[in-house]
Amino acid sequence: MLPVSPYAEDTIVALATPAGTGAIAVIRLSGPEAIKICNKVFFGKDLEKQASHTVHFGTIRENDVIIDEVLATVFIAPSSYTRENSVEVSCHASPYIIQKLINLFIKNGARTAKPGEFTLRAFLNGQLDLSQAEAVADLIASRTEASHNMALKQLRGGFSNELKALRQQLIDFAALIELELDFAEEDVEFANRPQLKALIGSIQSVIRKLISSFDLGNAIKNGIPVVISGKPNVGKSTLLNALLNEDRAIVSEIAGTTRDTIEDEINIGGINFRFIDTAGIRETSDKIEAIGVEKAYEKIRQSALVIYLFDPEETSATELKAIVDELSAHTSTDSILLVANKLDKGNEAEWKKRYEGLNGMLFISAKDRIHLDLFTETLLQKAHADQLNNDETVISNVRHLEALQKTNEALDDTLRLMEQPFGGELLAFEIKRALHHLGEITGDISNEDLLDSIFTRFCIGK
Amino acid sequence: MFTEYDIIVVGAGHAGCEAAAAAANLGSKVLLITMNMQTIAQMSCNPAMGGVAKGQIVREIDAMGGYSGIVSDKTTIQFRMLNRSKGPAMWSPRAQNDRYKFHEEWRYMLENTPNLDFFQDMVSGLLVNGNTVCGVKTSLGLEIKSKAVVLTNGTFLNGTIHIGEKRFGGGRMGEKGATGLTENLVELGFEAGRMKTGTPPRIDGRSINYSIMEEQQGDENPSRFSYLDFELPTEKRSCYITYTSPEVHDILKEGFDRSPMFTGRIKGLGPRYCPSIEDKINRFAERDRHQIFVEPEGWNTVEVYVNGFSTSLPEDVQYKALTKIQGFENAKFFRPGYAIEYDFFPPTQLNTTLETKLISNLFFAGQINGTTGYEEAAAQGFMAGINAHQKVNELHEFVLSRSEAYIGVLIDDLVTKGTDEPYRMFTSRAEHRLLLRQDNADIRLTKLSHDLGLASAERLQKVEEKIRRSDEIVKFMKGKTVEPTEINSFLEQNGTSQIPQNTKLFNLLARPQINLNDLITAYQPLKDFVNGTGQEIIEQSEIKVKYESYFEKELEMVSKLQRMEDQNINPEFNYDTLVSLSKESREKLKKIKPRTLGQASRISGVSPADISVLMIHLSK
Repeated sequence: MLPVSPYAEDTIVALATPAGTGAIAVIRLSGPEAIKICNKVFFGKDLEKQASHTVHFGTIRENDVIIDEVLATVFIAPSSYTRENSVEVSCHASPYIIQKLINLFIKNGARTAKPGEFTLRAFLNGQLDLSQAEAVADLIASRTEASHNMALKQLRGGFSNELKALRQQLIDFAALIELELDFAEEDVEFANRPQLKALIGSIQSVIRKLISSFDLGNAIKNGIPVVISGKPNVGKSTLLNALLNEDRAIVSEIAGTTRDTIEDEINIGGINFRFIDTAGIRETSDKIEAIGVEKAYEKIRQSALVIYLFDPEETSATELKAIVDELSAHTSTDSILLVANKLDKGNEAEWKKRYEGLNGMLFISAKDRIHLDLFTETLLQKAHADQLNNDETVISNVRHLEALQKTNEALDDTLRLMEQPFGGELLAFEIKRALHHLGEITGDISNEDLLDSIFTRFCIGK
Repeated sequence: MFTEYDIIVVGAGHAGCEAAAAAANLGSKVLLITMNMQTIAQMSCNPAMGGVAKGQIVREIDAMGGYSGIVSDKTTIQFRMLNRSKGPAMWSPRAQNDRYKFHEEWRYMLENTPNLDFFQDMVSGLLVNGNTVCGVKTSLGLEIKSKAVVLTNGTFLNGTIHIGEKRFGGGRMGEKGATGLTENLVELGFEAGRMKTGTPPRIDGRSINYSIMEEQQGDENPSRFSYLDFELPTEKRSCYITYTSPEVHDILKEGFDRSPMFTGRIKGLGPRYCPSIEDKINRFAERDRHQIFVEPEGWNTVEVYVNGFSTSLPEDVQYKALTKIQGFENAKFFRPGYAIEYDFFPPTQLNTTLETKLISNLFFAGQINGTTGYEEAAAQGFMAGINAHQKVNELHEFVLSRSEAYIGVLIDDLVTKGTDEPYRMFTSRAEHRLLLRQDNADIRLTKLSHDLGLASAERLQKVEEKIRRSDEIVKFMKGKTVEPTEINSFLEQNGTSQIPQNTKLFNLLARPQINLNDLITAYQPLKDFVNGTGQEIIEQSEIKVKYESYFEKELEMVSKLQRMEDQNINPEFNYDTLVSLSKESREKLKKIKPRTLGQASRISGVSPADISVLMIHLSK
């Protein structure tokens, strides 16, 4: 029999699906009394006599009054997420029913779960390690296929395994330096400096790659920010609406209507794009609009991609070149995508000729949805979505990013020290710092901050 | 014949002497029992104190009012600050000592310590009342009462000496071993183990040809272990370096079939870090030579110690091989090297005060805990003596943390991790090495000891002056601006770039090429400011300037980890209630009974995940 965990003294209950209206809600109970408590109010089969991983239809009643018809899924310890007895009750998602059911379970001996408590129990009962627990938070929060895959990969341990191997290399390196320090008087061979330097170099290149993957990882999690820019009335909102299929942005014929920035999330090919529709970037005397222009530049600087939409009938090649130069002052040339709109009124071959010499240009009609598929394909390509399909590790967690940056910093300091007439004990110190920060990610070093950061990221009930 | 003592210290080696002195100086009535009054503080192995990490320990003992530093300084025949080319955290004082004077000085200092009695006898058992020790039984059949007992038996418990196939009982060459005590302790429930160490042959210095060896002299301006001021001996002796050769190795190998190490006669584990010569040529077969360090045994003796040639091979093989070493061709033996096996008690049976978990008021210190080295022994003895005094007077425990002292690292390692081989201190064992330096042991520890009533007012006053004055100098340099014309020629001479504009003095000294003494000479305002300041304070100021940023970073790490150290664990905590602990870690935690979460995290076999589980539980 499984020994009793102090965390399993009581049974916890919480809503497991997001608050708000939907068709079905799931209420989850976990703890030694989970099945018993549910059984007290469940009318149907005797849940305490059912096998693990079985689903049962019945009604939940209070004082013989039926509150709802539900499906109860029974999990018997240790074969559950928390390794405790668990029941998941699927009910109709009315706030009244949910509240009523949870109160009923509490009346019968359960208590409300704290944020992250189900995962905390899973961790404490040995079901998950820390980095997996952290990944669960990401997994739950993932809204797209790509972010789901990323979290799932971490959940399986792929992420921390890679770093663990790196850390081991660094430990071996540190051991050589330590040997040299403590046995300097005793005729030992010194650690080979060029070799050490090469080792740091190769470790840093992996760390740097992980650091730079954060933008992508973060984008996958939070959506890739894309600014749509262009002169007023060029069809930015129309394009957005075409992608969105709903009229969320204001579309009007009066230049300058879109004064503030508006964001819309659109899922393309499993990746979330956050389209930021900005005011036009033309010179203006209108004060409010001037603020909008400055805001537009700020958004451009923060975004991964800038789509410059223009109407070829109103834009000369010289003007377009000037605009590219202007945009280049705020973002990299590579992330600028020039899109000629209103192809419904123009001729593609003619336009192509007009803008000869300007690379990577697309010709579309937002209104008539011409070449929109080409447009979305290009977006995916520019977002480096290809990186997601091969097996490269991508980080998406700010805590991981900070730890990697600190590791990298310590390694930079190590290399700098090697150039100067300082003793090995300072090298050893910097390497130890690097090891410490790496350990914070791989779970080789535990501290309260880390636990806090993991278990309080959960919404209640996970 | 005896009144009741507060504390009985058994054994008068480095551990026992420091224990007796510390407890007596704190005011306890102490009896020091030794099997031989003529061998008090005998240097059983090489005639040297200190070295890398060990020198720092001696400085720490001295900073707290122990005797090892003073005795070493007064009997130093050669002093070197090792690792001068590295940073200050690596600087390690080391002295060659006159073996005879060393013993004499220790005995003199102990005889002049109040509250301290001596008795020559062998302790064969403990007097125990319930779970508390209340005295000792001796081989003469005496029962001597005390409130606490400190055992520092060294290599004497059931000691067995091996030379080739010869084997005989003894605690040291020519001295008998101690019997009865191990058996008594095992009966009381202690777990005992066996360890081994060794020593090289001693040679007649008149038979050695030093002219073909490399001479190693001491430092021109020798430093010292003690923070106190007193006259140092001036007469110096040199050490000599020579090497073994493939021919020497071949001869040694001929004796392997009669080696107690290789034939399995020695069961105890030997020190990996201080191996015998046969062990070295066996394990490092690819090396065609090993260093031999010839150490003089004193001012008034021709005897020399052949460091690096520790061996338990048959004496004829020892002799044949040694005489093939350059300079030893005509060597005459005073006595052959030997190995010694002895009983030790795994130190995980101790609390961080060095009191045993099993029997109250019983303390263990030194080689009985599985350590090797005079310095490690002395440190434990010193701490055990203090804690025995504190215990019998119902005062607070005196425990140093890992960020405060090597002594803290030493004891925490022993009681938390235990040891399979003789434990020797290294700087790498200290995670906060940059803070645990030989130059600041007084700054770290003197006040703590003074608060106990041990370190003298004179010591405290000295260290307070050192802190005050060095801070002043650093502040001066931070505030003082130098013009290019005043300093550029000096900078150029020292191979560092000239300054284009006014620069703070502090920033110039921070450059690795610049040292403070030169800067003082070159720059008059600084010279005026530091005028009359002692060299120790100048050095302290320089270290503060050059390494400030590192010390800050290190302190940051300390405070980060401090929360774990501050999280106490009840020794009676029931680990069986935590299901997700691995079986191994649960067993270890139940055995070690860590006092803090930090200590728990250092137990081998307890994983970070286990610590997270504990952490969550403790913060509930």
